[in-house]
Amino acid sequence: MNKPLRRIALFCGILVLALLVRTNYIQYVRADELNANEHNRRVQIERYAHERGNIIVDGEPVTGSVETTDSDFTYKRVWKNGPMWAPVTGYSSQAFDSSQLESIEDGILTGNSDQLFFDRTLSMFTGEQKTGGNIVTTLNGAAQKAAFKGLGDKKGAVAALDPQTGAVLALASTPSYDPSVFAGNSMKDSDARQKLLQDKDKPMLNRALRETYPPGSTFKVVTAAAALENGLYTDIDEETDSPLPWRLPLSTNLLQNEGNIPCENASLREALRWSCNTVFGKMSNDLGNAKMIEQADKFGFNKEVFTPVRADASVYPKDNQPQNAMAGIGQASNRATPLQMAMVASAIANDGKLMQPYMVAQRQAPNLDVIYTHEKEQLSRPLSAENAQKVQQMMETVVADGTGTNAQIAGVTVGGKTGTAQHGLNNSEKPYAWFISYAKTDSGSPVAVAVVVEDGNANRDDISGGGLAAPIAKNVMKAVLDGK
Amino acid sequence: MSVVTNTTTIGAIDAPSRRNTELALVAFAVLISVFAYANVGLALHGELPAGMLGYGLGLALLGGVAHIAVRRFAPYADPLLLPLATLLNGLGLALIWRLDQSERFQSIKTFAPAASKQLMFSAVGVALMVVVLIALKDHRILQRYTYISMLVALVLLILPMFFPSVNGAKIWIKIPGVGTIQPGEFAKIIIAVFFAGYLMVKRDALALASRRFMGLYLPRGRDLGPILMVWAFSILILVFETDLGSSLLFFGMFVVMLYVATERTSWIVFGLLMSGAGAVGVATFEPHVQDRVTAWLDPFAGWGKEAASEQMAKSLMAFGSGGTLGTGLGQGNSDLIGFAANSDFILATVGEELGLAGMMAILLVYGLIVERGVRTALAARDPFGKLLAIGLSGSFAIQVFVVAGGVMGLIPLTGMTMPFMAAGGSSVIANWALIGILIRISDTARRPAPAPAPSPDAEMTQVVRP
Repeated sequence: MNKPLRRIALFCGILVLALLVRTNYIQYVRADELNANEHNRRVQIERYAHERGNIIVDGEPVTGSVETTDSDFTYKRVWKNGPMWAPVTGYSSQAFDSSQLESIEDGILTGNSDQLFFDRTLSMFTGEQKTGGNIVTTLNGAAQKAAFKGLGDKKGAVAALDPQTGAVLALASTPSYDPSVFAGNSMKDSDARQKLLQDKDKPMLNRALRETYPPGSTFKVVTAAAALENGLYTDIDEETDSPLPWRLPLSTNLLQNEGNIPCENASLREALRWSCNTVFGKMSNDLGNAKMIEQADKFGFNKEVFTPVRADASVYPKDNQPQNAMAGIGQASNRATPLQMAMVASAIANDGKLMQPYMVAQRQAPNLDVIYTHEKEQLSRPLSAENAQKVQQMMETVVADGTGTNAQIAGVTVGGKTGTAQHGLNNSEKPYAWFISYAKTDSGSPVAVAVVVEDGNANRDDISGGGLAAPIAKNVMKAVLDGK
Repeated sequence: MSVVTNTTTIGAIDAPSRRNTELALVAFAVLISVFAYANVGLALHGELPAGMLGYGLGLALLGGVAHIAVRRFAPYADPLLLPLATLLNGLGLALIWRLDQSERFQSIKTFAPAASKQLMFSAVGVALMVVVLIALKDHRILQRYTYISMLVALVLLILPMFFPSVNGAKIWIKIPGVGTIQPGEFAKIIIAVFFAGYLMVKRDALALASRRFMGLYLPRGRDLGPILMVWAFSILILVFETDLGSSLLFFGMFVVMLYVATERTSWIVFGLLMSGAGAVGVATFEPHVQDRVTAWLDPFAGWGKEAASEQMAKSLMAFGSGGTLGTGLGQGNSDLIGFAANSDFILATVGEELGLAGMMAILLVYGLIVERGVRTALAARDPFGKLLAIGLSGSFAIQVFVVAGGVMGLIPLTGMTMPFMAAGGSSVIANWALIGILIRISDTARRPAPAPAPSPDAEMTQVVRP
């Protein structure tokens, strides 16, 4: 009986061998693939096993991490003053992924980025607890606070830039949300998120970057720039060829002005001061669609902007004659994000140079070594210095002695432009109040702002850019100036 | 190799008993387990666990008692069987204790720590082994109970049908006050006794009275009867108790023993054909089996839709995350597997926390037990002992293969326990009894032949008469 016994022994050996081969196959050959599997919760556990790095404003973190005990994720993200900073930071949830800076800079914040490879290797030897790196932002806490407070319980957004560098100084959007309420992965978090998603006021929409509005009269600044750049007019105080009333081309409709303002053959300066629709509508028509698109593109229209958080593309489309004329006063199919209009104001304030907007100043390794510093970068040159200064003079007149007097700051030169954008079918909806402006000191302009308020609660007749939006812009500019 | 020369009745007289080797190895096995405890405690709580001394002493006591029993009642037994079983049992205890510490499990209301119970079951198991060694002076006594064994095995296998199914399989019986028992684990040993007894008697008839047909030896109908019966029986278990593992185990064991008894390769072919036919037949109408097969073919396809599939995928991910060297005891997340993590899926914890290296070591320990069992069969001097030893070690090998292969996705998952390591009273107790019987057979096999009785006649011829 020993021969079959030896064969059985061999058979048992083969069984064990098969198991050995299999375990090698899973644990060696397939290990990486299994570890990268989307269902593998270990990836998530590891991700939350150590403290996430912080997003820093004015040298202080606006984020934090707390230890939790309610799940296998050790650390949970928290935000200081979440609703105010949410449009900047985005959210980072154990259950619902992340967005904006929290998402884009996730590699640094978790400490898993390849840029931190050396750092990680080092701490492996020193035995330090792994933590994430920090993101130092360009934001100005006081300006952000002024913007957020100014918007209050109204719907709207504020974007403020440093015209000389492109640094984002404020980025507010209301109504906002507190990302802390769904940072965990419990049912409570899930319910809180559902509630936010179903809110008809869309609190999770970043209106400063992701919502495009008809820019209204603020767009007349772009039209004026196009007129100067293309030599349609060279002197801002010469009379323009602007009949009143003016009939829209290929149409029987007469373009109206607000009230009884002196617009007939008004100079560029006067036309902007009073916000004459007839003058700028005709100007846009005289320049034509192609030239208007060209100028808008130079200001950054028609493509997405990455700050590095993506901002929706503002549009100035190809259009027919009457639509192009209307677009010249910001009332047709052209639309802009608050960031875009802040870029327009900043380019003018910076003597015609448009800087690339950015909000990540530095990336820091967990040991606070700086591993990346943003270098300022020119995005385009929408207009010559000479023409930019002409537009500045016009905008300064608006604030000094026009529709934008609410933005005046004692002892500081401020330029601005109001806008009251009609929208809805036959302008049935309540209009959006716009204000774009910049402040100027001896050493150039430190701040340009765009404010939009879409207030459904205000009395329709009270809505105007000068009344609703200009005071907010003023406070933001003041906050930046006071900090200098 | 000196041991091998000792297999004939007139071999070397003074073969070493190797009892001291056994003692050293048992001590080593206990030590490794205690280190495993310390490791888990340090990793999870940063301190030596409070229960370490208790478990260590308990395990040392079990190993010591078992060793003394072997020294006293089976002095010539194989010196490796006991230490290997002690090592697996001890490591299993440490792993179960580690899973007891899982916060994920502790948050489940129905969860109950299993380590202390397992220690108790191990004690019962070792006690049963000692009883086997004391009561069973010679394994050939079991031969007398061939047909009673068959009856008992049948009863044990049929019993669970009258109890409600647990998690899709009817393999448990519930005794109020005692808990649940898996009679199948015990039936495995008893049925091996029956097979050995039956085949020893019938082996010549099965081997020789056959017709040659297409290159194969076909047995006679009347000899084929019992085989068909076993086949039908394993299918019935599969159908009524939806226990793929046990049916595979019983049928595999029977084929192995039949082959050894008859030395006819044709039996293996028949065995494979019949089990194949049975499995395919049952799989076509039994949804429980179908689930297991689909879960095996692509575990990730059924993620979120099907529990079996998800558990299989989780098991694979546990193995994968362990990698070559493992995360270290207590530092993995094998408890993510959830249900049955400390019983059927205990190997996933080994894979994750001890890594590929640990898995290979554990598999080799199982392989060694099987190898010592087969060696015992080779050494046994009587056909009954040979058959019983190969039946037990063969079934042990098949069980290890089926369970380990199942959790590693090599074959469809069947839901049996990993001998000695998995939490579960019946399994530990039954396997200690199995080791006891193997030790008894090896003791008989390695026992030096008594010195030939002095022959007066022979002596006379030596005498030079004056």
